[in-house]
Amino acid sequence: MTGKDIERDNGRHGGDNTMRDKPTPYSKRDEAAVSKPPDTLCGEEERSTPLTEIATGLKRREFLQRTALAGGGLIFGQRLLTDGGTTRLDQVLAVVPQAASEKVAVRLRVNGSNYGLRLDPRVSLLDLLREQLDLPGTKKGCNHGQCGACTVLVNGRRINSCLALAVVHDGSEITTIEGLARGDELHPLQAAFIRHEGFQCGYCTSGQICSAVAMLGEVEQGTVSHVTSNVRREGRVELTDEEIRERMSGNICRCGAYPGIVAAVREVNGTERGA
Amino acid sequence: MEQKEERDLEMKPFAYTRATNSQTAVQAVMREQTAKFLAGGTNLIDLMKENVEQPDRLVDINRLELTRIEERNGGLRLGALAKNSDTANHRLVRERYPLVSQAILAGASPQLRNAATNGGNLMQRTRCYYFYDVALPCNKRQPGSGCGALEGFNRMHAIFGASQQCIATHPSDFCVALAALDAVVQVEGPQGARTIPFADFHRLPGDTPQIDTNLKRDELITAIDLPAASSVFAPRSYYLKVRDRASYAFALVSVATALEVQDGTIKQARVAMGGVAHKPWRAREAELALSGARVNEQTFKRAADAAMQGARGYEHNRFKIELGRRAIVRALTVAAREGRTA
Repeated sequence: MTGKDIERDNGRHGGDNTMRDKPTPYSKRDEAAVSKPPDTLCGEEERSTPLTEIATGLKRREFLQRTALAGGGLIFGQRLLTDGGTTRLDQVLAVVPQAASEKVAVRLRVNGSNYGLRLDPRVSLLDLLREQLDLPGTKKGCNHGQCGACTVLVNGRRINSCLALAVVHDGSEITTIEGLARGDELHPLQAAFIRHEGFQCGYCTSGQICSAVAMLGEVEQGTVSHVTSNVRREGRVELTDEEIRERMSGNICRCGAYPGIVAAVREVNGTERGA
Repeated sequence: MEQKEERDLEMKPFAYTRATNSQTAVQAVMREQTAKFLAGGTNLIDLMKENVEQPDRLVDINRLELTRIEERNGGLRLGALAKNSDTANHRLVRERYPLVSQAILAGASPQLRNAATNGGNLMQRTRCYYFYDVALPCNKRQPGSGCGALEGFNRMHAIFGASQQCIATHPSDFCVALAALDAVVQVEGPQGARTIPFADFHRLPGDTPQIDTNLKRDELITAIDLPAASSVFAPRSYYLKVRDRASYAFALVSVATALEVQDGTIKQARVAMGGVAHKPWRAREAELALSGARVNEQTFKRAADAAMQGARGYEHNRFKIELGRRAIVRALTVAAREGRTA
């Protein structure tokens, strides 16, 4: 992040020059190719991945580093958020004509850490997370909004990150699979997926879990679904297996681990941190 | 690795503008012939990844204050930027226009409905495989290149209102309910605001299949109005969707039905179909057959026959004619039972 970028951020968000400067700015990234082992579906590495890593999207060492850093980021994040909702952006941003694919300043809070970025507007939220923020737990399946492997929470709501331009979500709070656990304590859904073998290869799992986390919240809010018998009736819909299957239908599992997924969701439904 | 990172950047470069009000958004699109509005992006971004859509500028309208759902003239005004999921679950939509909730919830996935907006739903483009694949001929994508579906694989395609130029279908569920309930589309353009009755919003392909709607390029949908009169159907309406999977698939055939019944006689009826035409297909012949008739299976069969009279199948989609007939009978039966499926 350059000094100029920080200045601009200060102007918009009301002063926070202690923002953690984690990701390499996009321009530097363009010049220096970073080589990492590919995140393949059936590579040697994934085949030997322990179950907890599948359910959390993290290798243990990375996980501990991340959570330590995230603890620091959280304080600044809270300060950032108290500056107000989306209206502050409306007040400042105007229609500024820009040249084709000119980079755009974007601020995001991801798993409790704040990022100031300059992005090509073509970059999807999915590619940003995986390729630039070093958060490969979110998976790229179809890249066309058909499989759900890329599901993340944006301001608490589940969306397909492959069909979301990162620039559109300026000012948003993102939660990925890496952000669900509390320290060493797995999110109840992560633990339940392991207990009920809600996966085989594990590729769809981070999307399944993020989706399930949001889904249980939606149920708490009294939402209806395609299989709800009477949408006119108010109140919480009973989460039958049929409801779980319909509400999780945006996440495809090619291994067919659906019985385990339904069992995991059923178990967590209604428990303390399920929502 | 480098190649993978570049994948999304294969999209043609475009400039990005974040609009703060509808006027500046309209002006930004008006100024540039190849600029487009960007709302939820669930269809547009996908089409850009496939190079089917290649705008030079995206005008991001997501910060515009068009997300409200509110009462208006006894009906409901659905903000163009309200998310599909919020619309389907809005208390007043569920209570007064349950057909709208049912139709939205029958489409896409929870993740997509959380991103997709009401206005964007109206603007989504066909899922015809020939339209999506830039290596194949398609008069809608590239006028004059021919229609690959006409004599190709046309299982998903239209049985009503098609032309020699295009037999694509409109993919929306939401729009089928809006057609049935006589919704009105509010738009804003460089010359100010105007309204478009829902039946006039989408077009049949004719000789210009590249033009999906009667909305001008620089006009912006600001809201969709559900008229007060259509809330009379709330107790007896039903959206039936028939598809290849139980969930998360486009309709082969869908039917939106709504009945007003008094003492066993149908006072008025609405029937609209999805997956059968280039636009949400209002089956007015069926409505005429239902109006004034007794509520029974014979009436519903007669209405279904009337609806399917003008249908024309192609090599792989002839099944839709019988399927459509049965789906209409089924949907009317459930609607008449106040939503009970058995």
